[in-house]
Amino acid sequence: MANTNTSVGTKIKRPLSPHLQIYKPLINMVMSILHRITGAALYLGTVLLAWWLVAAASGPAEFRIASEFFGSTFGYLILFGYSWALIHHMLGGIRHFIWDTGRGLDIKTVDLLSWGTIVFSVALTLLVWFSVLVFG
Amino acid sequence: MNMRTPLKKVYHLGSAKEGASHFWLQRVSAVANLFLVIYLMGLIISLAGADYITVREALSYPLTALLLLLLILSGVIHMRLGMQTIIEDYIESEGTKIVALMLNTFFSVFIGAASVWAVLKLSFGA
Repeated sequence: MANTNTSVGTKIKRPLSPHLQIYKPLINMVMSILHRITGAALYLGTVLLAWWLVAAASGPAEFRIASEFFGSTFGYLILFGYSWALIHHMLGGIRHFIWDTGRGLDIKTVDLLSWGTIVFSVALTLLVWFSVLVFG
Repeated sequence: MNMRTPLKKVYHLGSAKEGASHFWLQRVSAVANLFLVIYLMGLIISLAGADYITVREALSYPLTALLLLLLILSGVIHMRLGMQTIIEDYIESEGTKIVALMLNTFFSVFIGAASVWAVLKLSFGA
């Protein structure tokens, strides 16, 4: 309930329009939320990327500390999550580019593009990690 | 009746005084990121488990260093704009919002500066 100050200083509780928790989650809505969450996660994760570069520039001892972190189970977990967030946000961005041109805005295509985002983001992430195992 | 001056109408800048520049820069940096991030993923995959000397050599290779610098630039611009939108959407208190927007800029510049410094040191440093 929103509180509004009246001229005499008392608060009136006014009704608010229904928000997220009242709707059944739709795929398009979930992908929209995930786009923002992955974006925020990628934002924070740049600390790790910057750390890796600075460590490589600093010297072998510093680089070993970073390598040990990224090579640990926890490090792998972070990297796996980060790679998925990156790919998901990237595909979400491509979806938005399509919408920017005014195409694909009918409900059927919106649903298709939204499902495509999650399916391909998981598939491509697994492909990336498969290639790490093969070439790494 | 329209209270806007002809000059204001011509500039198309709206109430935020920046027109479509946020939107546009977000898209331009997104396109740049799309290509540069794909490159970065390839680079990191090829360096998975590599030793220090190999990583150093790969990162100081001229074209690699150049692409990394471009990625840092477009990445930092993009993430700052994105976080700005999140802050403006969720923080209602004007004071907190201004502080958060400033911290957002400081964080982005710091990450950018540290990364650029690292790439330059790898390229030119001892």
